[in-house]
Formats: sequence, structure tokens, C-alpha cells
Amino acid sequence: MTTSDVPAKVAGSQVAGEVVAPAVPPSASNEEEAPRDVKPKNNRAWWLVLPVVVSVAFTAVIPLMTVVNFSVQDVFTPTDRIFVGLDWFRSVTRDPEVRAAFLRTLMFSAQVLIIEIPLGVLLAVCMPRRGAWVSVALVVVALPLLIPWNVVGTIWQIFARGDIGLGGWVVNNVLGINFNYTLDSTDAWITVLAMDVWHWTPLVALLAYAGLRSIPEPYFQAAQIDGASAWATFRHVQLPRLRGVLTIAILLRFMDSFMIYTEPFVVTGGGPGNATSFLSILLSKIAVGQFDLGPAGAFSLLYFLIVQIACYVFFTVLTRSGR
Amino acid sequence: MADITLEGVGHSYDGGRTHALNPMTWTWSDGRAYALLGPSGCGKTTLLNIISGLITPSQGRVLLGGRDVTGLPPVARNIAQVFQFPVLYEEMSVYDNLAFPLRNRKYPKAEVDERVRKVARLLGLEEHLRRRSRRLDPGRQQIVSLGRGLVRSEVAAVLLDEPLTVIGPALKWTLRSKLKEIHRDTGHTLIYVTHDQTEALTFADEVVVLKDGAIVQSGEPAELFLSPAHEFVGHFIGSPGMNVLDAAVERGIVRVGSALVGRAVGDDGALPDGPVRLGVRPEFVRISPFPRSPGLRAGVTGVDRMGSYHLVHARAAGGDLVAKTDPGEHGTAEHLHFERAYLFRDQIRCGTLAALEGSGA
Repeated sequence: MTTSDVPAKVAGSQVAGEVVAPAVPPSASNEEEAPRDVKPKNNRAWWLVLPVVVSVAFTAVIPLMTVVNFSVQDVFTPTDRIFVGLDWFRSVTRDPEVRAAFLRTLMFSAQVLIIEIPLGVLLAVCMPRRGAWVSVALVVVALPLLIPWNVVGTIWQIFARGDIGLGGWVVNNVLGINFNYTLDSTDAWITVLAMDVWHWTPLVALLAYAGLRSIPEPYFQAAQIDGASAWATFRHVQLPRLRGVLTIAILLRFMDSFMIYTEPFVVTGGGPGNATSFLSILLSKIAVGQFDLGPAGAFSLLYFLIVQIACYVFFTVLTRSGR
Repeated sequence: MADITLEGVGHSYDGGRTHALNPMTWTWSDGRAYALLGPSGCGKTTLLNIISGLITPSQGRVLLGGRDVTGLPPVARNIAQVFQFPVLYEEMSVYDNLAFPLRNRKYPKAEVDERVRKVARLLGLEEHLRRRSRRLDPGRQQIVSLGRGLVRSEVAAVLLDEPLTVIGPALKWTLRSKLKEIHRDTGHTLIYVTHDQTEALTFADEVVVLKDGAIVQSGEPAELFLSPAHEFVGHFIGSPGMNVLDAAVERGIVRVGSALVGRAVGDDGALPDGPVRLGVRPEFVRISPFPRSPGLRAGVTGVDRMGSYHLVHARAAGGDLVAKTDPGEHGTAEHLHFERAYLFRDQIRCGTLAALEGSGA
């Protein structure tokens, strides 16, 4: 850290006696006479950071480094391996299957955001602001969030089936639309998307609801006096004040949907064909299924990088535009 | 522009068990500047919200120039309201903020522009029209919120709900004189809610004192000060507030303990004998080291030196009291003489204290 080696500023023109002596005696003898006009630095506080550094190192940095290790080598056995440089990165970025999965995942995240953010806000606006129904609404809305991912997958796997699932049966027999997510790519896509909307829109709704509740009453009263319509009130009073929570909602929903794995794995297993093979499903196929650790390592790092960059861009754009 | 009349208006938030505002009949005359003064929770804001239409009163009628507007929403009333803190459409420019109420009412573009510029000129916001409203300082933001009220043509009244709460002391004076200026220039009825008596007394043509959901007195600032109709008004207005001593009326003479302090003059006819409360402002307590009749002996318990005046704390027969005097030395025992004092029964004024005949006081 730079703070430790910042030298005490020597003010040559000052007489030493005029300057207040530092509280901690300087360690180096040549500094003793030098008058300081900076506060004495005590670097022992860095020890407090050490536990975090150690635990993060063991849980995140070192595992990540093993991934880096795999990504630049061709490993046959623990003793028999070849350094390959960036070959795996090159082959992964040129792999048409990976490219297709990337676009598919991007499309999925985009659709998730386009549907869930407005829907969540709409839900939040419709939820009661006060009274006994507040808790009822909160519990009902929060319910999907309490269900584990793989259970959500199982629920939808059954729910969307045409023969024994309520949803699938209604679509097939009441609406008269031929719907089968195990055979039709579009149906599979719609099922996974609907499942994600069902599972995660409540998160957006709860965040937006919290944001809406924090708006002081006079803003609504002023809008009433100014003759604002319901839409104008939403557009000019509520929406601007949801910026913070929606930034968080968009970030969370982007990250989660871009890394979605469990639910499509349970419902469709990535199929039919490759229709719902998202990046994570493809990655686990390469890493665990085919045991191609080199390409999988390179893939993981790129994946990680994309999520980081996308989050950074989202966050910067959303916070900047508000100023 | 028109008078605003409240006919038996009262409001209860809990279905009639308790009243935030007791039923009252009251008229706000056109073009006057009113200050609505009272402690927190006395119903000031409720009263204001009833006038602006944010609350429909649970009983009574609200008339605007003779027209019944009780059931009408705020939009239909043409009443401007300014809140405790600046309420702005923060992502809009100052111009758009001012234009917002007009655009909502579908005014033609040219007229919107004309009105916005007129109000901006009136409020001194011309240079800031293009700025984002949230970047203004709180004082200007509050002026913009006021401007949003004034921009409409047929504003009947401007209601201000403690508008200077978040404004720094230096800016308070500027804003207050700005408000007075606007009142003079536009002639709108102003109703200004505050719990700060200085604000109320310097601002208003007429001060209305509200307590526990009821109007206890209204009048010009000097009238409230010199002639409180209710013990509460005496306490609340003035700094420090009015002293109150326990006293008794005996055959037309007022006694505090055993001392005669003056003659009782009933507001309506003679005062029956019995206990009364004697109210006297610190400004009207005279202190002298020599016994004087009518007068009261008191022990001085302390002196606050306030610079240009002293506050002498004293203990007398009827209770503790404070006198506001010119700077000077005071002994430990003094004699008090009341220049102007009032008699209260059940907190309501029932009479005044007059000099004893022949005493020369």
C-alpha cells in the first residue's frame, strides 16, 4: 500500500520549533529533525484487513487461480502437462457452439429484463400502500422467492406438461394451442422464460415497492394539486425515485439470468436440441461432462469477465444518467 | 379570487372518536395574509389540507367564493400549496417544473411559456429556468415549489405549510420578505402555517391561533400580544410567554395571596367572586425596591442577562413569574406592580385588571 511509504513532507523553510511534534515518534532517525505537516501514519490497522484477505484468498482467489492454471495448460495427468498459452481462449471464442450459446444467453437476459423490470414495477404500483392487505400482498408476492431453484425447476417441469401439468393442459386443451416443451424449441424457450419471470419478478416488485414506499406523501399531494394524471404521477414522481432500486434490480436480474443454470437444467436439460443450452449449461457439459478442463477454464474466465464488464457498464450508465 | 368559508368544518381521522379538528365556522377573507399558529399536532396541517382538498372533511362544508367545493378534488379548486420541504419534480428543469401544472391542464404552449416567464420574473428565477431543479439550493427549490402554485391564473389562495423549516436562518429572512413582496404584488390570499411566533407575527395581517383542533383567537399581531383572549395565546405568543398567577376576586378587588393588585373589570359585566388566574406579560411587570400599592412582594430567584434587557425571575404568593426589565441591579426582595394584566377563568379571558381608585397608580 502506498500509504506506508509516503515520506514525511519536508518543509525546508519552516523552523522545526514552530511545528507541532508528531504524536508517534518517526521510526527512521533521519526523519527525526524533519518538520512534518502531514499527520503521522499508523499502518497497523492493515492487520485488521488480513482475515478478510485470507478468507477471500482461500474461497475465491486461489480457486480462481486454479482455473487460470487450467486455462493456459493442456493437462493430461497431474505430472504430465503442456503450457499452451492462449490457445484455449482462441478455440473457445471461435467455437460456434459457444458463440451460439452466448447469443442465446444474451437474448434470454434481455428478454428477462424487458419483461421482469416493467412487470415488477407495475406489480409494486398496484400493491396496497397501507392497511391489512399490505402484509398479505407482501407474503403472496414473496412466495416464489422462498422456493429453492431446483424445486422451481421441478414445479415447472410438471406444471408445463401437456398431460398432467395444469399449465400445459390448459394451453393445450382450453386454449387449443399445441404446446410441448420437450419437442418444440420455442415452447421450451417460453417455458424457461415464464419460469424465470414467475420466480424472479417478485424480487423486482419487492425492491420497487420498497422504493415507492420511501416517497414522502407530499410528493403525491403536490402532484394532485398540480393536476397530474396517474401516468404523469408515475412518470414524474414515482419513476425518478425508483432509479436507485431499479439499478440494483437490473444488475441482479442481469447477473442471475446470464448465469442461469439449475432451472433449465431441471426442466429441459438444455434441449430440445440446443434450444435452451445457456452458457452455464454448455460450460458444465464441457467441464464436467467431457472433462475438457483447459477449454472449460478459458470459458469460465471469459464468462466471468463478461459478467463483470456488463455489470460495470450497467452501473455506470444508470448512475451517470441520473446526475 | 374569493373568500374561503368553512361552515361547521371538522375532521376526525378515526371515525369520530377523536377530532383532529373540531367543527368550526370561519372565513378567510380574500387577499389577506394569514398566519396559522399553533403547537405541533394542533390540527394546522389538517385544516390546510381541508382547504386545498387533499382531505375531505368528515363534516361541514367548504365554500370558495360561495361555491360549495367540499367534494371537489384539489385539481378543481385552484389552490396552491407549499409543503414543509421543497417538493419538486427533481429530474425536470426549473422551467418544466413551473410549466407542469399548466401542461397537465392542457394550456396552449404559448400561454404556458408566457406564464412561466412571468412567474419566473416575479420570483427572480429567470436565470435558473434551464437548470435542473434538484441542483438548486433548498431556498430556491422552495421558491420553485411556490412558483408551481402561482403559475396558474385563477389561484384562489396560496397555502404554505411551514415552508421555511428546512431553510437556513439567513435565507429565512430573505424568503419571508420575498413572500410578503409576492403577497403585495399578486394580492393572493395567503395562509401560512407555522409554530414559530416570530414568523407568524412578522408575516401576517392576521394571526389565527389554533390549539387542540380549535381556533382560540385571531387578530392582528399586536392584538394577540396586548390582549390575549385565552391563556394559551398568552403563553404561546411572546418571549418569554405570559406569567400566570393564582389569584382571587373579592367584591371586585383582585388579590394575589393577601396583597391587593388591582380592581377587577369583567369583560361582560361584574365578575363574580371566586378564584381567577391573573395573566401578566413579562413586559408589563414593573419592579421597584419600594413597597407600592397596589403591588406584590416577591423574592428574586435569578436574573438572566440578555444584553439589551434583563429577565428577572421571582417567586411571589401566586406562583413564579418573570419580569423583563432594563439592565440594572436587583435586590433579593422586590415589589412588583402590574401595568397591564388580564383575568382568566377556565383559560378563557373574563376580565382585565384596573388600577384601584384613588391609589394613583
